[in-house]
Amino acid sequence: MSSTTTEEKVIPESKEEKKTKEKVTMVVFSGDLDKVLASFIIATGAASMGMDVTMFFTFWGLNAIKKNEAKNTAPGVMKKMLGVLNKGGSKRLPLSKFHMGGMGTSMMKKLMKQHKMPNIDEMIDLAKQMNVKLLACTITLDILGISKDQLREDVIDGYVGAVSYLSEAKDGNVNLFI
Amino acid sequence: MTADETLDCYGLLCPMPIVETAKKINEMKIDEVLEVLSTDEGIKADMPAWCDATGNEFLGIEGEGRDLHVFVRKIAG
Repeated sequence: MSSTTTEEKVIPESKEEKKTKEKVTMVVFSGDLDKVLASFIIATGAASMGMDVTMFFTFWGLNAIKKNEAKNTAPGVMKKMLGVLNKGGSKRLPLSKFHMGGMGTSMMKKLMKQHKMPNIDEMIDLAKQMNVKLLACTITLDILGISKDQLREDVIDGYVGAVSYLSEAKDGNVNLFI
Repeated sequence: MTADETLDCYGLLCPMPIVETAKKINEMKIDEVLEVLSTDEGIKADMPAWCDATGNEFLGIEGEGRDLHVFVRKIAG
């Protein structure tokens, strides 16, 4: 008798627990405007469904959360050169297709504006309002010679490695690599 | 259908109507009905899915084409 009552209790509780824990994790590897935008569309969509969302920005994806006015402070010739070529910043992200030296990208931005679509900065703000967690990959910072003050520290929740991402992803119901 | 609150999402694209709905529903009281005005066809599938995921009640859609009126009752806290 007592075992059935505990069973009855356990089932709804565990269901409830699962509901509050539903989780989306995303690796944002790409620094392309369209792909970053798609990431934020999914992130804000999931957050609006009450899911826990973590975005892990690595490699070129870090460009999305780099300051537009960041100075190139990379140490050494190679990293400095990389910093020149890979300036980053939400306003500099190129389209993955039809960038055409910036012409295609600026046209796409105009189209998006016409359709009242938020730009990357607005998407970041929206995501933050909805408690989306933004993590920056420390390995990438070292390799590309990016210092923390070049990043949007105001929106970043942590500087972590792959293992921290994985510890979140293993509990994730949806895990994406973009 | 009558609603307690109306949310104008005309011209907004996915996922903004849903994001705005989530924000609005948050401010509303349980049992109140929200009417979302949208031009986005995706909302026909997205709103029932959102309701299903969040535990709110999807009441239906009125209108057609580019003038959709979507009704949601707040159930979840």
